[in-house]
Amino acid sequence: MATAISILPAQQLATLNDAYRKAVARKRLKATMATAVFCAALFIAALGAEVNLHTFFTYFGNFLSYFDRILTLDSGARVWTDPVEWFWGLKKWLRLLGETLLISYVGTLTGAVFAFALNFFAAQNTSPGPWVRFIVRRLLEFARTVPGIVFALIFVIAFGLGPMAGVLAIAIHTTGALGKLFAEIVENADMKPVEGIRSTGASWLSCMRFAILPQVSAGYASYALLRFEINVREASVMGFVGAGGIGQELVVAIRKFYYSDVSAILVTIIVAVFIMDISTGWLRGRLFGKETSR
Amino acid sequence: MSQMPRPDTAELRGKYPGVFERPASARLALPAMVAAALAIFVYGLVDLDFSPTKLITGMSQLGWITMMMIPPNPGSSFALYMQALGETLSIALLGTTLAAMLALPVSLLAARNIIPSNLIRFPVRRFLDSIRGVDTLIWALVWINVVGLGPFAGVLAIMVSDFGAFGKLFSEAIEAADRKQVEGIRASGGNALHEIRFGLLPQVLPVIAGQVLYFIESNTRSATIIGIVGAGGIGLQLAEQIRVLEWQKVSFLILMILIAVAAIDFISSKLRFAIIGQRAVV
Repeated sequence: MATAISILPAQQLATLNDAYRKAVARKRLKATMATAVFCAALFIAALGAEVNLHTFFTYFGNFLSYFDRILTLDSGARVWTDPVEWFWGLKKWLRLLGETLLISYVGTLTGAVFAFALNFFAAQNTSPGPWVRFIVRRLLEFARTVPGIVFALIFVIAFGLGPMAGVLAIAIHTTGALGKLFAEIVENADMKPVEGIRSTGASWLSCMRFAILPQVSAGYASYALLRFEINVREASVMGFVGAGGIGQELVVAIRKFYYSDVSAILVTIIVAVFIMDISTGWLRGRLFGKETSR
Repeated sequence: MSQMPRPDTAELRGKYPGVFERPASARLALPAMVAAALAIFVYGLVDLDFSPTKLITGMSQLGWITMMMIPPNPGSSFALYMQALGETLSIALLGTTLAAMLALPVSLLAARNIIPSNLIRFPVRRFLDSIRGVDTLIWALVWINVVGLGPFAGVLAIMVSDFGAFGKLFSEAIEAADRKQVEGIRASGGNALHEIRFGLLPQVLPVIAGQVLYFIESNTRSATIIGIVGAGGIGLQLAEQIRVLEWQKVSFLILMILIAVAAIDFISSKLRFAIIGQRAVV
């Protein structure tokens, strides 16, 4: 089926084409400028980070062969041909992995409790006063911005080597991260129930307990579970600075070039993280249904 | 004031049995869950060698350390620290950009609406997942083994670990894109590459740009810590000063990190808003 397409007269077409070209040219110019600025920033960054393409290309083969090496046993065979030899330390690693999971669990729960205690003070609609709010917000920001592993480094010196430093570091970081998210949930809560409860003469505490908490608790639990997932990863590297868990074993294996151990421990960690991700995802789906699966 | 009539409880009970007489399993579920959570918590405390004495001595130590941190003082190494901070920002910017450039083509392979076949998509997704399962610090250690100590290893570590994250996020953005524009291109005779370039990219680029900016922001934080294992940047200085117990310098470095992160946050949220704002208008 052929339909005739009406073509505008040449003059009209020319003006339209002109306007189109102008509009596009402005957009293109903007895009080009942005790209140029970005490339300049990249170039400066490359100088700052001592990027050396020569090293990169010379050693890139090493990166690939590194994986070849970590997948080879001392005897020269591929790791998967002899899983018993590959996972010779599985018992020890599983114990350390369990420790890692416990570190993240205890850290997350402690952090969540602190975040829970603080978030009503940080949220705009429930905070008892602007000063309290300001101070609590800055505290949470501090706890969130300083990386967990920096806290771990300092805590290892204060509390001694061991998982306790890792737990406290994770707890502080979690307090900061969850405190902010919790406060945002509270800020989105409906304030009418609060008015209703206040009109009966209830105290601030009762208002929080009976008006806000029922609205937000599902969101809290969901975010806390999500944070637990993140913290499992974080706890797996706490051992790098001596704060317990499987990281200690991994860093030794990497630094001392125990190649097949590196891959075995990495596989153990990845599998554990997978399982945690899937099970917390499942749990979140079960507990809160679709609405909180943001 | 009029007296409120007392509600007839018996009648209400009869009317809403679901509210008054929930089955025991529903009533006990929450306490049981709380009890289980607490039990694991207590077991964890015991297993991880928590003891009140350790906690108290540690706290007093921490108190001392905090006292010694005040006032923050860089000593004579201010210029060195500024350079290290620049290095950190460079690592974050470069690592994130490289990761985004590498992840874009791969994310097409992981998107359901581009590659309908499970045969390719599934392995690509699992591959990205396993890269994401390994922390940036671990990648940094691996790259240090390959290219030696220094910020370059940091760039590569951020690149690899973000590659996994971007691959997933980009493919999700692509899957969320509107089918109709792609169909329009196909209807007017475009080939598969045209469909991606003109139908898909204009939709997903703003989303992707927003995500990249967000990651540059969060990588400023990651880049501060990869120095701890020797991959350059301000983390290296920080770890060193903590090890030699120069607390005034430590607090100064932490302050520098906080300010830098806040500044990057500010800039990138402005830029993000500009990009997403544009998108909302179009």
